[in-house]
Formats: sequence, structure tokens, C-alpha cells
Amino acid sequence: MTATQRIASVFRREFTAYFSSPLAGIFLVIYLFMSGIFTFQLGGLYERGQADLRPFFQGQPWLNLFLVPALSMRLWAEDRRTGTIELLLTLPYSVWDLVLGKFLAAWAFACVALALTVPLWVTVGWLGSPDHGAILVGYLACALLSAGFLAVGAFLSAFTKNQVIAFVLCGVASFLLLVTGFPVVLDFVSGWLPRAAVEAISAMSAMTHFESMMRGVLDGRDVLYFGSITAAFLFLNGVVVEWKKAE
Amino acid sequence: MNDLIVAKGLRKSFGSFEAVRGVDLTVPAGQVLGFLGPNGAGKSTTMRMLTGFLEPTEGTVTLSGISLADDPIAAKRTFGYLPEGAPAYGDMRVEEFLLFAARSRGYDDAEARRRVDAAIDRLHLGPYRKQLVETLSKGYKRRTGLAQAILHDPPILVLDEPTDGLDPNQKHEVRELIRRLGGERAIVLSTHILEEVEAVCTRAVIINEGRIVFDGTPGQLDAKASRDVTRNRLDHVFRMLTTSDVARRAGAAR
Repeated sequence: MTATQRIASVFRREFTAYFSSPLAGIFLVIYLFMSGIFTFQLGGLYERGQADLRPFFQGQPWLNLFLVPALSMRLWAEDRRTGTIELLLTLPYSVWDLVLGKFLAAWAFACVALALTVPLWVTVGWLGSPDHGAILVGYLACALLSAGFLAVGAFLSAFTKNQVIAFVLCGVASFLLLVTGFPVVLDFVSGWLPRAAVEAISAMSAMTHFESMMRGVLDGRDVLYFGSITAAFLFLNGVVVEWKKAE
Repeated sequence: MNDLIVAKGLRKSFGSFEAVRGVDLTVPAGQVLGFLGPNGAGKSTTMRMLTGFLEPTEGTVTLSGISLADDPIAAKRTFGYLPEGAPAYGDMRVEEFLLFAARSRGYDDAEARRRVDAAIDRLHLGPYRKQLVETLSKGYKRRTGLAQAILHDPPILVLDEPTDGLDPNQKHEVRELIRRLGGERAIVLSTHILEEVEAVCTRAVIINEGRIVFDGTPGQLDAKASRDVTRNRLDHVFRMLTTSDVARRAGAAR
């Protein structure tokens, strides 16, 4: 059995687990409903008179702040609470098979939710002639942003047996990851930090990278940023699972 | 002799607390080892080291000739394990849960299905196969855990309190099953029930405060009780070996 097969079997279990409770349905409905509100009500898609999905993409970081923790909270906390972590770690899996299988299942679910917003894209395509390449990059940005947040959430979920705590921790951590790029925060720290440090903080922000991709600019550095955040937190996730498993 | 489980010098510390203080255990094929000890003596910790859930602070484990530290995945394929409390996914149906376990062991869907059917038959879980695990009674949950442990027909079985919380009929059934599974396998089972050792085990090991204080046949264990003890002789020996003042004296004599 190769690592890919092992990861696939973890993935299968975790992905179907989302559908065994009403959570998945509730998640999808809220997500789609809120995406609609961001696009039409707050973003004023029609009033702007521009055929693009900017208002939709602008709402995504804020939606992810609530919806990603809902997906990631159970990943490890549930196994630790019920003791199934002992079963998983004594089946022929390595800790990395489990880390990747669980993460990919949550990410796949987030991507399904994102894919269900494609009718918005079709709508602007029908109303005008948007830059489809730019929209595609925007969607990629959304997928990468949720991957990064999910990795953070999975990592934090391994610390606790309580899903509510895992939810809150992930929400707070994702929020911090976003707001470090905001002018308010940057102006505040620029008063007493050297310029280089301010730029470093800004570069660490998910928002900075998300926004440039959201405008349709595909820059390797932004992709690398989200890739690194995801990889780093998945690595830490494995470390924490090993460390906390017996508690 | 074909030694399927070889544990050498196992020690495990949690912070400053030393839960297991040097356990050596060799279990050949065909042996059913009853692992006894008071709560907190280090039974579960030892079993968790045998199955790779916990890494020993010191010592090595070799399963079916494969070092658990060097090739954990290959070593884990050679045993079935029922953890304490028989944890299982409550949101899955019995059948789905067992299919997950079978796929985890690398069987394709057709073979996984065949194995699951066989395990369900063996543990008489047929009427419950479509039931959610969280709605099962304690006895059936334990059976589901056992089914998960045996479905790949492993040469080694490690069962942490397989009969805990079962009614007398269920206990009897599980013991029968363990007896049938014996044969060519090496089985380690922990229990609080001393008759169980007499009923199914060919060897008894008692652990106290992280050390082995008795290792012999159930007959030898029984022989340790003085002749005037007529009832619950094993209980008597067990208390003798594990109550702290006696144990301390035994430790000092070592």
C-alpha cells in the first residue's frame, strides 16, 4: 500500500464524515447565502456596472474566517475526545498520512463550496464580458486562502479535545493572519517599528497576498506564500499530534 | 520457537512520573497471555508501546520480526489492536466503520467487503451492521472493535480489556472467540477479571507499579496461594503481589 493509497483512504473517511451530520448542509447554505449577500447587497454587483467578481472575492476572506474553523475544528479534536486517535495511529498509517488525508478532505469540501459559486461567474459572463483569466486567478486565490486557514485550523485542532475551543482558536488566528496587512495595523506599528519590520509584517499578511491575486494578478510569490503557510502549519500539525496524542 | 512479540527493556516516563519501569516480554505464537495489574500499574501504557501508539522512553519492540521503531507501518500490519474502551467512529454504521478499517489495511473494495462480512459473521454482528456505532450498546461496540482487530487475520492480537463492561453471556462469547483465535497467534489481553485468565490464557503476567511481579502459567499463579485459601484463590494471590507494602518488599528484595 503506497502513501497515496493510505492518504486516499483517510481522505475518504474524513470527507464522508462531513456529510454524516447536518453540518455540511448548513455550511453550504450559509456560505452560499453569505457569498450572495457580499456580491449583490454589500458589493453592489449591478450598481457598479462592471462585469467582474470583485465584490464576491472581497467578501471571501471574511467568510472564511467563520467557515474554515467550522470545517477544521473537528479534524483532530474529535479523534482526541473519542479516543479514535489511538485507533488511527495504530492502524498502518504514518502521522503524515493522517495529517494530509484530513487536510485534503477539509480542503476538498471547501473547494466544493467554492465551486458552487460558479453560477455567479456565469452570471457576470452573461451580463457583460469579464476578464475570465482574472476571475480564474481570483478563484485560485480563494482556494489557496482556505488551504492556508485550514492548515492553521487543523494545527490548532490538534491541541484540544474541545471542538468549540478549536473553532475559536482558528477564527482568532485566521483573523490575525488577515489584519496584519491592514493600513490600520500597519499605520499603528509604523510609528515605532523600523520600515523593514513594517514591510515584513505586511508581507506576512494573508490579505496582502490575497488582494493582489484577487485583482487577477498571478504572481508566483503569492502562490508561494500560501503554499508555505499551508506546508508549515501541516508540518506543525504532525508535530503537535505526536506530542499531544496520549493526553 | 517463533516469537511474535519481543519487547526489551520497555520504559515510559510522563514528565517525572515513570509509568513503566523496565518490562521485558516475549510472546511466542500459540500463546494467550493474560496481562494483569491494578489500575494505573502500567498495563495500558505497555500495550500502547507494543502497538506503537506511544514511543517507549527506552527499550525496543519487535513484532513478527519487524522493528516497530524502524518500520512502523510494516510492523503495524502484523497485529490487530483493540484499544481501551474500544474507540470507534460514532457517526459511521458498523459496516462502514469496518470497511474503513479494512481499507486502512490496504484491501481493495471487493476484498475489504469480503473480510468485513467474515468478521461480522464471526462476531455475530449481522443484525447490527447497518446501525450507527454511537447507538450500539457497550457489548456490541466492543464486538465491533474486536471485528476491526481481527478482520485482516493478524498473527498478533493485542486486546485491552476486551470483556470490560460486558454482561456474563457476552463475556463468555468473547472468551470463546479468543480461545478459537488462539492456535497459531500470539495474543496479549489485559483484564481485571482473574477467572478470565484461568479460562482463556496459557500464561499470566502481573504488572505492578510499572514492573512485572509475576510471570508464569495460571496454574503456577494459583499455586502461590496458601492451601487454606479455598475461595477466590487468584484474587488472593493478586492482592498479595500488588498491594503496595508487599510489592515494596518484593521490589527491595530484587
